[in-house]
Amino acid sequence: MGSLSNVCSIVGIGETDYLVNSGRDPLLLALEAIRKAVDDAGLEPKDIDGIVSSSIDASGSEQFIASNLGLSNVSYTSEVTGLGGAACATVAHAAMAVASGMAHTVVCFRAFTPYDFTVGAKHNQSTLWAKASGVGEFLRPFGWSAMVDTFAMNCRRHMHEYGTTSAQLGAIAVAMRKHASMNPASIRSEPITLEDHQNSPFITQPLRELDGLISNNDGACAMIVTTTERARDLRQKPAKIMAAAQSLGSHPGLLWELSPFKPTITESEAAHIAPRLYAMAGLTPQDIDVAQIYDCYTYTVLTMLEDYGFCKKGEGGSFVEGGRIEIGGELPVNTHGGHLGEAYIHGFTHIVEGVKQMRGTSTAQVEDAETTLVASAVPGPTSALILGR
Amino acid sequence: MTDYAKPLPKVTDESAPFWEGCRAQELRIQRCDSCARFRFPPQKMCRHCNSVEFTWAPVSGKGTVYSFTVPTNTSPGELPARGFDYPYAVALVELEGTDGVRIASNIVDCPVDEIAIDMPVEVTFDQVTDEITLPKFRRV
Ligand SMILES: [Zn+2]
Repeated sequence: MGSLSNVCSIVGIGETDYLVNSGRDPLLLALEAIRKAVDDAGLEPKDIDGIVSSSIDASGSEQFIASNLGLSNVSYTSEVTGLGGAACATVAHAAMAVASGMAHTVVCFRAFTPYDFTVGAKHNQSTLWAKASGVGEFLRPFGWSAMVDTFAMNCRRHMHEYGTTSAQLGAIAVAMRKHASMNPASIRSEPITLEDHQNSPFITQPLRELDGLISNNDGACAMIVTTTERARDLRQKPAKIMAAAQSLGSHPGLLWELSPFKPTITESEAAHIAPRLYAMAGLTPQDIDVAQIYDCYTYTVLTMLEDYGFCKKGEGGSFVEGGRIEIGGELPVNTHGGHLGEAYIHGFTHIVEGVKQMRGTSTAQVEDAETTLVASAVPGPTSALILGR
Repeated sequence: MTDYAKPLPKVTDESAPFWEGCRAQELRIQRCDSCARFRFPPQKMCRHCNSVEFTWAPVSGKGTVYSFTVPTNTSPGELPARGFDYPYAVALVELEGTDGVRIASNIVDCPVDEIAIDMPVEVTFDQVTDEITLPKFRRV
């Protein structure tokens, strides 16, 4: 079999409203996003014959999705593990299913509610927190108990090795909020200044409140994947899947929260994906016009800009300064406002925004953008896409 | 000691020898019987040579701070109540003689603003309940 490059495209996208703690039902959110994606593509629900979900999703199994939508012809399902790192991999799995003929029209979706990280995670075998015991016993007794603690641990070491500063992280927050202010769907719609960032209290040092995501929202995203050939007959301009890649990284035994125990902690799993991703697309980092990079914290953007080759390892801090990653800059990042500004749907909003950039319909559209990188969460299992016009 | 309110480890068969070591005032880390490499946290198999034979080997307890955080508030994704007095430091300590193995702990008897990466530390044992003794570290 030949390369997956450009064989498939994303032909439909759907999003619910993003609201803070609205109490909406995750299955209803998923169904709404999927219906919208199907409509957007100019298809009918009955056209869907494949379903790919994220394993931490609380909306229920693919059987609930199929049952409610009345799908009677589902020939392919898969569930991708790996928390926020799974987002782009759902599209990769869908593209593989379509390219191999297992299915023709595959939906990828993610409904997120705060439940996923509290009650939901405890019922999910693939998540670290699902374990009643295990690695947590070496962290929790010492007060290492929040997601931010792991990112902060890696970030502190990056600051030590490379001189990265809090103000440089602030430049990332400022860029995300600038883009969020241009996007009517954003929850945090007001722009911020670098001074606002520097005055923001620490959550876990060295990370501040304004380095962090919107954690208490809910909503859902869905994407429809089919062949690029068939996409020509559909309603929207296709976003071609030029490349897709997935990785467990170099020390897969160490789950995401234990990434600070790895030999090199300032390099993420993205460094393992980047060579394969660019090779599949036949591109280099210099060919990427706009990037959608998972931003649960500013630090993940900084490290992935390095690991995806936009600058050398350790130079992420200076790279993000001076508006380079803002709209109008050399490499606009997270033109929807990201998880820091628009909403937090675990990496899926970044895929939706990548498709919009390729269609030319973003609220912070990069003129003549022909390629976009979409990168899901690090540390831990991760995945990425390059989409093309 | 019975009113200890902070999270306690849920000891498993796999990790019990580690906690027994702490009760005996000795820091023990898994060492592969085949290739002699240390590993932490515990794993069933050596990632280097795939041997399943290992020993819980005592280490010196000396090390250096590799990285550290200062949790200062409740935050996104936090598990139920830390029960800690803010601010405190969580340190990642690289253990001497283990070729880079690290362990998470707290630095005691040191103000958080004096903690620095590469600071030399040594283990000290904090018996918090009848069953559990936690390995902590202090400046040397
Ligand atoms: Zn070995």
